[in-house]
Amino acid sequence: MSAALRPALLDEAQHDPQAKARLGALLLALVVLWPLAQLAEFRPWLLFDGANLKVMGNFLAGFLPPATNAEFLGLLLKATLETLAMATAGIALAFVLALPLAFVMTQSLSVSRIGPGPGRWRSLAARAAVRALLTLLRAIPEVVWALVLVRALGLGPAAGVLALAITYGGMLGKVYAEILESSDTRPARALLEAGSGRIAALCYGLLPAAAQELASYTVYRWECAVRASVVMGFVGAGGLGQLMDQSMKMLNGGEASSILLMFLALVLLADALSAGLRKLLA
Amino acid sequence: MTFQLERVGLVHPNGHRALQGVTLMAAAGERMAVIGPSGAGKTTLLRLLACGLQPTEGRVGTLGASPWQMSARALRQHRARIGMVHQAPPIPPRLRVVTAVLAGRLGAWSTGRALRSLLYPSDIQGARDVLARLDLADRLFDRCDRLSGGQLQRVGIARVLYQAPALLLADEPVSALDPTLADEAVRALVAQSEASGATLVASLHAVDLALKWFPRIVGMRAGAVVFDAPASEVTRAMLHELYATEGSVLPTQGHDGVALPGLPAPGSGLNVVPLVRPGCR
Repeated sequence: MSAALRPALLDEAQHDPQAKARLGALLLALVVLWPLAQLAEFRPWLLFDGANLKVMGNFLAGFLPPATNAEFLGLLLKATLETLAMATAGIALAFVLALPLAFVMTQSLSVSRIGPGPGRWRSLAARAAVRALLTLLRAIPEVVWALVLVRALGLGPAAGVLALAITYGGMLGKVYAEILESSDTRPARALLEAGSGRIAALCYGLLPAAAQELASYTVYRWECAVRASVVMGFVGAGGLGQLMDQSMKMLNGGEASSILLMFLALVLLADALSAGLRKLLA
Repeated sequence: MTFQLERVGLVHPNGHRALQGVTLMAAAGERMAVIGPSGAGKTTLLRLLACGLQPTEGRVGTLGASPWQMSARALRQHRARIGMVHQAPPIPPRLRVVTAVLAGRLGAWSTGRALRSLLYPSDIQGARDVLARLDLADRLFDRCDRLSGGQLQRVGIARVLYQAPALLLADEPVSALDPTLADEAVRALVAQSEASGATLVASLHAVDLALKWFPRIVGMRAGAVVFDAPASEVTRAMLHELYATEGSVLPTQGHDGVALPGLPAPGSGLNVVPLVRPGCR
């Protein structure tokens, strides 16, 4: 077929048929974002206003130098250990909660979807129920759970641990299922089609490909749990947050900056842990 | 009867019709090759036989039962007796060869044994034996991402040999292998069928390979069975008609020593790809 004979057809063939849709989506995003920015009072230029810069500068100057007296460092160490214990125990509980829920919810491990075969509606219902449960668990912020639980369990890290377990269990479960579904699902499907059970299909078909992602997301959530413990400390759930709360109330910027430096160290630790795990599982 | 398809049709959820009015049956221990141009419905046919797809029309019976009338537990046991070699081996790259092969018996093993075998391979000798049949015994403890495409495809075959199913299905099982290895791999599948009495159904791209190893040839085009004949009765005209949409050249492995009945030997003009396809001027 020669080009000269059918110029219109060829012209059509050389255009990206999806270009219009992409331009439309971009315009739509702008139209939606503009009023949202207005609503959120997003005015970044105020940051660079002279008077505002001075106020912020004075506030930050109070943070220097970081507090280094022995008594405070002792308190800081104890609070850090408490925070680490709270975050780790919370994530461990969340993991125990999330694992079975993600296992039920992962579509690529559904035997009844093959065919589709017997038990299809029952398994659809089970997955929908688990999805709803996970949504409920993570819809309520951990600080609200902490407020409720502090009343039941008293001041201290126990409330924080449970609050983390509930909210983070919901997050981990949802993201675990999504990671398992976005990795290559053909190995698991082939195993299920050869009569393998769901747990075996998970371990032989999905985990080898997804283990790295799952590990690094879990460590990232642990890092988030360390940070979240600050906010929960403000409501009396112990750890670095409670210490921070006291320092801020006493307007002791030096102590606050020491605490922040400790946070930086913890985040670096999480980063190293994640990198190490990824290497191990590669 | 190992399987029985009665006027089976299949329409994919996207509306594409993959099979139409397919009637086909095979006795225990029979070996048949399914050939035809790409898009003919060969893979869909095999997936139907593997109980991986439910037909839209008609009836499917495998291993003397109707899989889609079974309970979930019975269907699982049924599937464990059907093995499928996939064209792209469905093996995660991080798995070791030994684990990938042992996974063939997951349908027969308890969950406990499956998990223990991840800690320490539970049947190293068994895996080594099937790999030896495919010249891969020395790669037993290598990771699958260290293998070439052809080696990985043979690991996929080894997995199904280890499964030792009663119905052995193979979807383009040697597409990534050079002619010599392809010949050996098909030989291994045929030997398994002879030794265990399993029925073997393989879709093959290379017509000469099909005619060499399989007593029965099923030709498919556009989702329907065009012919179903003993290999000795397949003529050049039947093959040319089957592959009419793919030009005037029959797909073969193109190595010497395999002669097509009634066809000139490979190398004497049959494998020369025409530079100008008819109808493209």
